Order: sequence, then C-alpha cells, then structure tokens
Amino acid sequence: MSLIKETEQRTGGIALLLFGAAALIPLADDGYYLSMAVNIAMYAVLCTAWTLFSGPTHYVSLATAAFFGVGTYSVGLGIDTLPFPLLIAIAAVASSILAGLVGLATLRLSGVYFVIFTLGLAELVRQVVTWLQVNFVGSVGLYVFTDLTEAHIFWMLLALAALVYVTGWLVNRSRLGFAMRIIGNDETVARHVGIDVARSKVILFMISGAFIGITGAILAPRFAYVEPPSAFNPVISFQVVIMALLGGTGRLWAPLLGVIPFTILFDQISANFPNYTSLLIGIAFMAIVYYLPRGVIGLVDDIRMRQTKRHEHAAGVPEAAE
Amino acid sequence: MERRTVIKTLAASLLASAVLAGPAVAEDVIKIGASAPKTGPLAGGAAVTYWPAVQLWVHDVNERGGIDVGGTKMKVELIEYDDRTSNEEAIKNVQRMATVDKVDFIVPPYGTGINLAVAPLIAKNGYPHIAVTAVADGVDDFASRWPNSFWTLGTSEGMASSLVDLLKDMREAGQINDKVAVVNVADAFGIELANTGKPALKEAGFDIVYETSYPLQQQDFAPIISAAKNAGPDTFIAFSYPGDTFGLTKQAAIADLPVKAYYVGVATAFPAFAGANGAAANGVMGVGGVNAESPAYQDFAKRQEEVTGVAPDYWASPVQYASLEVLEQAITAVGSLDKAAVIEQLKSGTFETIMGEWTFDNNVIRKFWTVGQWQDGVFHGIASTGVGGETAPILKSGWN
Repeated sequence: MSLIKETEQRTGGIALLLFGAAALIPLADDGYYLSMAVNIAMYAVLCTAWTLFSGPTHYVSLATAAFFGVGTYSVGLGIDTLPFPLLIAIAAVASSILAGLVGLATLRLSGVYFVIFTLGLAELVRQVVTWLQVNFVGSVGLYVFTDLTEAHIFWMLLALAALVYVTGWLVNRSRLGFAMRIIGNDETVARHVGIDVARSKVILFMISGAFIGITGAILAPRFAYVEPPSAFNPVISFQVVIMALLGGTGRLWAPLLGVIPFTILFDQISANFPNYTSLLIGIAFMAIVYYLPRGVIGLVDDIRMRQTKRHEHAAGVPEAAE
Repeated sequence: MERRTVIKTLAASLLASAVLAGPAVAEDVIKIGASAPKTGPLAGGAAVTYWPAVQLWVHDVNERGGIDVGGTKMKVELIEYDDRTSNEEAIKNVQRMATVDKVDFIVPPYGTGINLAVAPLIAKNGYPHIAVTAVADGVDDFASRWPNSFWTLGTSEGMASSLVDLLKDMREAGQINDKVAVVNVADAFGIELANTGKPALKEAGFDIVYETSYPLQQQDFAPIISAAKNAGPDTFIAFSYPGDTFGLTKQAAIADLPVKAYYVGVATAFPAFAGANGAAANGVMGVGGVNAESPAYQDFAKRQEEVTGVAPDYWASPVQYASLEVLEQAITAVGSLDKAAVIEQLKSGTFETIMGEWTFDNNVIRKFWTVGQWQDGVFHGIASTGVGGETAPILKSGWN
C-alpha cells in the first residue's frame, strides 16, 4: 500500500508536466483563450469531483448546482468581512455538510429516486436562499467585487484540480476506495462482507460535494454579481453529467476527455452558428452517444487494444510457441 | 469503416462551414460585437427587446452609407454571439470579441446580472459600456466603479416612487381610494421595487390591505388574486416578471378583479401582452412606457417591423436603439475609433435620439419612463422622471 508503483510514478510525472504547462497559459494570453481555459478548468474540476462519487457508485447525482451555489453564496455573503481563503474553507465545509445531510437522508435511495432527489435539492436550496434573503436581507443579488483576475481564478482552479486528482488517487488506494468498488459492483455483496455501505457512500459524497463547493467559491469573483438563478443554475448539473459521461467515468482522468473536446466543440458551434446552437449541439450529442457509447475513454481503449494486437501480430506466432 | 467515413464527413463539413462562416475582414469597416441570449431563460425577452433593435440600427447605418468617422463613411459589421443566458458564456464571448475578433465596439448584453458580470472585462479592455436592459439601484456605484459604463433605462427606486406619485395624484383627483394590494416576485427586480414601493405607499398615506411575495416560476395565481379580491382594494400592484405578469393578469380577468388601477411589472410593455389579453389589456398599467405618440417612436416601430419582422416593445426597445444612436454620434463627434475619446465624448456630449435629447449626468440617464398604460391597443407612457409627453391615465373598467 505504501509503495508507489513504477507506472504510477510515470503517470505522476506526466501529470506534473501537464499541470506545469497549463499553469503557463495565463502568461501566453490573458484574453479569450484564458477565458476558455477557465471554463475548461471549471468543468474539469466539477466533472472529476462528480466522478469521484458517481463513477464507482453509479449513482447519477444532479446536485452539482446545489453545492456550486452554496460555494458561490459563501463568498457572496462574506466577501466584505472575511478574507477570501477563509471563505473558500467555509464553502468547502458548508457544501460538505450539505452533502452529508443529503447523503444520510437519501443514499438509501438508489436509481432514479436518487437522481430525482438530487435534482430537487438544487431547486430547494435555491428557494431557501431566496426566501432567507427576501425576508432577512431585503435583496436577492450580492455583489462580489475583488481584485482577482481571470489568471488568478485559473491558477486557483488548476491547483484545485491537482488536489482533486491527488485525493481521487489516495481514495482509490485506501480501504474506502476498495469498498466503493465493491459497492459499485454489487451492494448486497458489499453489505455481506461487512462494509458499512451507507457510511462509505456518505463520506465520498461529502468529499465530492466539498470540491464542487470550492469551485463555486473560486468562481464567485468572476461573476461580480451573484443571484440565485445563476448560482443554482440547473444547467451546470446537467452539463457536468453529460460531459463526464461523454468522457467516461471508469477512470479519474476520463472526464477530462469529455470536458476538453466538448467545451471547444460547443464554443465553436455557438460562435459560428449563433442562431442554431441548440439544434447543432443536439445533433452533436446524438452523434456522440451513437458512435461513442462508452465515452471517449472507450475509443481510447479500443485504439490501445488494437495496437497491442498489432504488436502481438508483428511479434509473430513462433515466439508464442517457444 | 462506414462509421468512420460518416464521422469524417461530419467533422469535415462542420469545419468547412465554420471556416466559411468566419467574418469577412475589410479595411474600412467598423466591427461591432454583440453577445446576448438567443437560447436560455432570457432568450424570449432578448428576441423582443434586444436583437431586433440592434439589427435595425446596423441596417439603418449601412443604408445611410455608414458612420461618418473623420470625413470617411465606414460601414458597420455586426458580429453576433449567443450567451445562452449564462455568465460564463457571456464572459467568454466578451473576451473573444475583445481579443480574438478585436471588435471596435461592443453592444453590452441583455439583463442586469450578465451586464454586471461582463462589466469588469469591458472596462479592462477599454470599451464604452452603454447598458440598457439593466435596471438596478446601484447604477451610481457601478458608474463610479467602471467610469466607462453608462446606464440608460433607470432605477428601481425611480420606477417605484414614480408609480406611487401617480397613484397619489389619482387619489387626490378622487379616482381611487387609499386601499392597495401589493404583491411581488421574489427575485431581484421585484424585490427592489417592493422595497421602495411599499414604504413610499405607506408614507403617502395608502393602506396596504394585502401583501405577499411568491417565488419565481410560480404557475398558480388563483390564491393571490382571490385573496386580493377579498381585501377589497381599489388598486392592485404586482412587481412581477414576464411569466407572472401574464399569469396574474389572466387570473385577474377570470376572477373579474374589481379594481380601478391595475399594475403589473416586466413584459406589460411587450406587444404580446395585448395579443394575449385582448380587450382585457385595456387600462392595465405596467413598468416602462414610451411616448407612443411621438413621430420618432412611430417611425422606429414601423421600420423595425419592416426590417426585422418583429414589433418593438413600448419600453426598452427604443432605448436600446437610442443607445446605439448615441454611440454613433459620439464616434462621429470624436472623428476616430479611439475608444477612450469616445467614452469622454459620451460623458460630456449631448445626443439626439428617438427618445429625445440625451445627456449623461455622471454616466446615468436621469430622465426615464416609469409607468405606462394600455389604452386602445397602444401602451402609452403615463409617468416618467421628467421626460415629458405623458398621456393622462385612465381607470380600469372591467375585463371585457
């Protein structure tokens, strides 16, 4: 357990290089490409955090917008009185508490019941926040004026992404990760071998929720004006699920394969065909689901497998006979 | 094999059309970028108020031969983006316009939240930011935070207090009693209006006999209307958003709400409001308004319908158009496309628009329309903060 395998060392090295290269983006461009990079980084973190829980458990959560909004509001409410790093910590704690409560109440539900509940959660939190603000604050919007630029936000998201990957890797190596894999394959078996199924799921859901909350907190300064419809935007929940599934959820880095190409694809579509965005994105979705049923990761696996086969073929039969 | 061919063909055709659709570059053209919703929750409003006015202005300018810049006429090329009613998308679009397309000027987006989200970026890139569809009480704060920003449609505070003044006049004329029902949608604009409106009503000696707020996207308005009816007011005020503006009015007509003054919020000024309510719309008051009698407005409305096929609303559409007329006149006055000089000109200049003469007072237009009323199929402005040309209000008499 304590040993780091050679392949893992290699992966870690490559990851470090990639992160280093990504960190240089703001130095190369502080305009449109940086904005693009921020959007990609945001969805990369959200999708990976989502996969952290939904990948092994196969529970499709639509609560992303709820945690994201809680994070955004933590910053919106406190920006005038508290330092930003503290607010990020508060956002993490608040969203993981929310995830914990929700987890305790609902993770006994599975399948479509869980999906529906999490969808309702974002709307519930949004209405509660609105109600509290109307009755106790007297206005709904909050202004978040800071000196943070897009480059700062990008670096923060990048650091968060690194943290999510490391956490995911650690979870995978831990007893919790092992338990999750068993739960994902067969919950009854997991229960019979003595795994505390509910506890494991709640813990993982809290970790995932905390990361999503932090993402919301980091992005709050970018919005300048925080209001419930934009903070608890259900589109975020759906987009995260779609992008993660398109990438594939089998491995921690697989969602990235969905996020990068599809953010760019959507962007190209909305830039070049502003009047047909919905139509073309719909067609793109259908084409992707039809041709890539296992996500982009499936395609990558296929190519790899074909290459291995070709290698075997090239190596020839005699060696095998020896 | 076949699959791959299909994918390749698809990808190739997408790429080809993307390349072909790219904007043509010419030397003596002013590139103007516009990013606003074409999809998402605000797309309906933008399709009435924002896009047609922008398109008409571009059409008008180019028909005239272009904008006069230091003696040469430069045509306008419009680059449109859909922000899908999302802040992230809007920010990215503004970045793209500023740093990739390198547009000369930007038409700011639609909606208060999105205007504020992109304001820091527009300021950073040095563009003038003439916001229209952004009504909030913080306009003076915004103007001092972003000295390149200009605010044209008014404040919630002005809208609400002007309504109360109007009702006070009607009460003094003996047209209505002092019983009022006030409801509002629990969202930004609705809350701001209610926060100013309710205290102002009390101060003016009105008796609020029924008040409540309801969440955005509420569908059933029967309980609200019947509770208001039971309280027996002469005046019904709803600081509402488009969906509830239509819902409340339908319900009021069904319940035959016996009030003499009936006011609803955003979207009352849309042509579709009269279309949906027919004769019941007559006498309905709403936020906004315009001098519908003025030849300038009538000419604008007629041409917009001819050119774009969409009738303008009676509130923000002409202001959207006027904001672009102002931009054009500022460019001509400066005689170059120097953005900083244009901003200075906007601050100090006087401009002739279809909304009358405009001068910015600390970057804010202080004279704006506040209340309008449907009278015989036209939404007339009946109150303003000093624009002039108001029509006299009529009493609401029945719903048929």
